[in-house]
Amino acid sequence: MSLPDPSFLLIQSLNGLTYAMFLFLIASGLSLIFGILGILNFAHGSLYMLGAYFTHQFVSLFVDAPGQFWWAAILASLTVAVIGVVIERFFLRHLYTREQLYQLLFTYALVLILSDFAKIIWGTGQFSVSRPAILKGAVPILGQYFPKYNIVIILLGPCIAFTFWFIILRTRWGRKIRAAALDREMLDSLGVNVSRLFTVVFFIGAWMAGLGGALVSPVSAIVPGMDVEIIINAFIVVVIGGLGSFWGTFLGSLIVGQVYALGILAFPRLSLAFIYVLMALVLILRPWGLLGRRLQR
Amino acid sequence: MSKENWILIPFILIILLIPVSGSRFYVFLGTDILIFGLFAVSLNLLLGYTGLVSFGHATYFGIGAYTCALLMKKASIPFPLAFAAAGVLGGIAALVIGFFCVRLTKVYFAMLTLAFSQIVWAIAFKWNSLTGGDTGFIGVPFPQYLDSKIRFYYFTFAVVAVSLFILRKVVNSPFGRILTTIRENPERTEFIGINVKLFQLAAFMISGVFAAISGALFGIFNNNVFPDILFWPASAEVLIMTILGGIYSFFGPVVGAAVLLFLRMQVTSYTVYWPLILGMILALLLFFFPGGIVGFLKTRLVFVKGNR
Repeated sequence: MSLPDPSFLLIQSLNGLTYAMFLFLIASGLSLIFGILGILNFAHGSLYMLGAYFTHQFVSLFVDAPGQFWWAAILASLTVAVIGVVIERFFLRHLYTREQLYQLLFTYALVLILSDFAKIIWGTGQFSVSRPAILKGAVPILGQYFPKYNIVIILLGPCIAFTFWFIILRTRWGRKIRAAALDREMLDSLGVNVSRLFTVVFFIGAWMAGLGGALVSPVSAIVPGMDVEIIINAFIVVVIGGLGSFWGTFLGSLIVGQVYALGILAFPRLSLAFIYVLMALVLILRPWGLLGRRLQR
Repeated sequence: MSKENWILIPFILIILLIPVSGSRFYVFLGTDILIFGLFAVSLNLLLGYTGLVSFGHATYFGIGAYTCALLMKKASIPFPLAFAAAGVLGGIAALVIGFFCVRLTKVYFAMLTLAFSQIVWAIAFKWNSLTGGDTGFIGVPFPQYLDSKIRFYYFTFAVVAVSLFILRKVVNSPFGRILTTIRENPERTEFIGINVKLFQLAAFMISGVFAAISGALFGIFNNNVFPDILFWPASAEVLIMTILGGIYSFFGPVVGAAVLLFLRMQVTSYTVYWPLILGMILALLLFFFPGGIVGFLKTRLVFVKGNR
């Protein structure tokens, strides 16, 4: 097999990096919610999907405003965050004491309900959102062209990651959130409103999922089924990186993004299975993930 | 136990008499229910009896369907042999996959079963020359002596009845009691000198064998094998059937399969939004009837009679 053009490889790798940033936004919310609430949220992909649909819907609200896309994206992601809070306050909250299976299945019920909900409102057709005006066009890299918008995403991803890292490790709220992950009863008896804290965590997680959906809308078609596609990949990311581990999620996103972008060139037939083999291998050899904390039996 | 047997008799009579009604619809639905009933009970051996949440049970169902169909179609192996091979291969696959899975617990166990099931799905999806790729292949030959819907219905009933009989013997045997002990408290079971992982693996394998048998029946019944039967939503569906019926009763999953398949048949004739209805049923179930249909009925009976 002859090696492909290196500049093409670079572009492909950058595409993988762009995808990794979207995955990171979804997976870090998923990982955060699992780490604190102990719930593996199947509906996280549905929130991402709603983020994309709402962006499509809201773009028409800001037709003449400068920064049209950004306003729509912010409004859409906040709407999704509010939906997340409703889900947590009115439904999930009552399942915290139940077995994990019941929580998992409830979020799966939400997947089914929200996907049909989107079909009822927006139909089964495809939508696309145009890129913000200043980010149209592409930049030449080694003789190939790479879209400006993707570059912004690649830069934005780590910024958001650092913001969250800062909030969780350096602020009071973050300290409480980490404490809740370790021992929620103890935190509760120390006078912290844990129930409100959980709502905040779910708000942040849902908001990140919505933001991921909003930001992906200019580069990928908005279609039914995008919820399920992303959630499985987000599961793979958190499993590879380590459930509940922040930097693990970041590493997992990078790995999965590159496997998709480059694996498809090297082994077009096997790339689909390869990612699941990677997931299985990590679970067998290091069940707590590449950067996760070791499990206590 | 004996009371449960008395309750069974009218159900068995109804099942046996369905073809007499002459309704092709009910024969079709009945076959479907029997097949998925067995599939759900096989899952419940893990879920309800051993306390292991498998998120990849469609794998063994699919392996059974593909094995039986491929052997008959591509290698012209006679049906009884192909059918037996499906069960054996399902068991071997479950043994290999289970070997790795039982080392993990809870979410990690579920995630690994999911990963393996997706690997098997991806292979079936991409290996065009053998499996026919994403469309699968149509025309799984009915063996001649089963070449009528009614005969196949009775054949399915016989296979499912024998399988359920065996599974019930397993569940009520000392082996089955140990599985229940493991579900209740794995650590303590370990302390009394039982190799928990070994018993879990045995349960995983038995479960895989019967899932594969139901899958082999499905492939012939449907006359078509395709990768969707291996995909993770299929695993989620059988999980829903099992919970809907009730995981703490042997026949609960069969009831769940019957109700779900009947409802789907009815609802899809009115609307395309079946997932919406299914999602709502599932949510209501989890909030208000966590014991499933059979669990709910049992508590009602206790309330009426004042004893268990």
